[in-house]
Amino acid sequence: MTARFRIGDRVVVRTDTPAGHVRTPSYLKGKRGVVLRDMGDWPNPEKLAYGKPGWPRKTNYWVQFAMDEVWSGNGAYAAGDTVVAEIYEHWLEPDTTPETAS
Amino acid sequence: MATSHPTRKPHDMGGDPAGPVDRDEHEPTLVERRIDAMMQLLRQKPRAFWVTDENRRTIESLTPETYRDSSYYQKWCLAMRSLLVEKEVLTEDEIEARLAEVKARHRKGGGRP
Amino acid sequence: MSHEHHDDHDHDHPHGHGPFQPDIKEPTEDWEFLEIALRELMIEKEILTAREIQEKIEEWDGKCPEVGARIVAKAWTDPGFKARLLADGNAGVGELGLSVPGLKLVVLENTETLHHMIVCTLCSCYPRPILGLPPLWYKSREYRSRAVREPRSVLAEFGTDIPDSAEVRVVDSTADCRFLVLPRRPEGTDGWSEDRLATLVSRDSMIGTAVARAP
Repeated sequence: MTARFRIGDRVVVRTDTPAGHVRTPSYLKGKRGVVLRDMGDWPNPEKLAYGKPGWPRKTNYWVQFAMDEVWSGNGAYAAGDTVVAEIYEHWLEPDTTPETAS
Repeated sequence: MATSHPTRKPHDMGGDPAGPVDRDEHEPTLVERRIDAMMQLLRQKPRAFWVTDENRRTIESLTPETYRDSSYYQKWCLAMRSLLVEKEVLTEDEIEARLAEVKARHRKGGGRP
Repeated sequence: MSHEHHDDHDHDHPHGHGPFQPDIKEPTEDWEFLEIALRELMIEKEILTAREIQEKIEEWDGKCPEVGARIVAKAWTDPGFKARLLADGNAGVGELGLSVPGLKLVVLENTETLHHMIVCTLCSCYPRPILGLPPLWYKSREYRSRAVREPRSVLAEFGTDIPDSAEVRVVDSTADCRFLVLPRRPEGTDGWSEDRLATLVSRDSMIGTAVARAP
């Protein structure tokens, strides 16, 4: 199965609020980032948490977010700082918003 | 301010306001090391009673008050109990019975090593 | 069993930090009684043995930051090893007889323009097979909440100052990777042996809340 995303792709995190176990932190939901690495295919933790094998496996992507994107200046960080997290493919959509000039 | 989600669970705390980090080293006690060891033994082969995400899910299901007020290994101990019952390795009845006996024993001042 | 822990702290600790304390305190809290009850029941039913529990505790005594420090010191002195370590952390530490079973070890290099800081906001994911048990602060609400939003003030609390010209990259360990920071090699250490270099590598420098010690 071909991977959904490639390194350098701009993505946005879905804003779903499922009742069960997820590994997508709320503070990143709806945020736009860039794929830094493909961290490989893993059983889905949302299924593992309930005694299921979690296959077919999901691709996990290392996604980088600018601090300002996440916190809109309300934090303690420098302009170039970022936060990176491993996000499963089914939580990511392509970011189709126009890139703003930096 | 972090976006507020109606179903945000207590463990999902990235970005929440909080005070200074307490850097005192608080080495784990023997009880805590035993809990850590038992949880590993129960999760790993040959037993493999559960996987890490089941442990996480169990801890995430604690009430916000219990989550906030319990220490790290206290939460693991509660999760161990819950999972052992869920997986039908032990029953609630026998745990309750033994718990009462252990408490009574320690009130009398004669603990087993 | 009690033993001295190797002191690798970076901060002044007025009351010092003592040796591992055996439990001399009688259990008083419900969860302490619960631990006893569960352990007794499992041993009686031959689900676990006391010996296995003890052996597992002792196995983890052997996993400590000194293990990680050796990896860092080798990476500092052996460019080929460092390249292999950064490309594949599991294979890299495997060359030293170490393993991180079932998880992907990712080693992240700090440079003059990039400083990594690791956190697990959702629980306490940590490269335990390499660094041992995580410190209590790593698992605290304060660190888990603030690291991703206030990295520079958290770093300041640790006495760590990273210039604004460098990117602080906070790594939230949310899945099956476990991250080990490769701190920058301090100045003034030319020609040092691996053993000597390892003494500069603190646990906190491999988490990213500190830099390696100056000589």
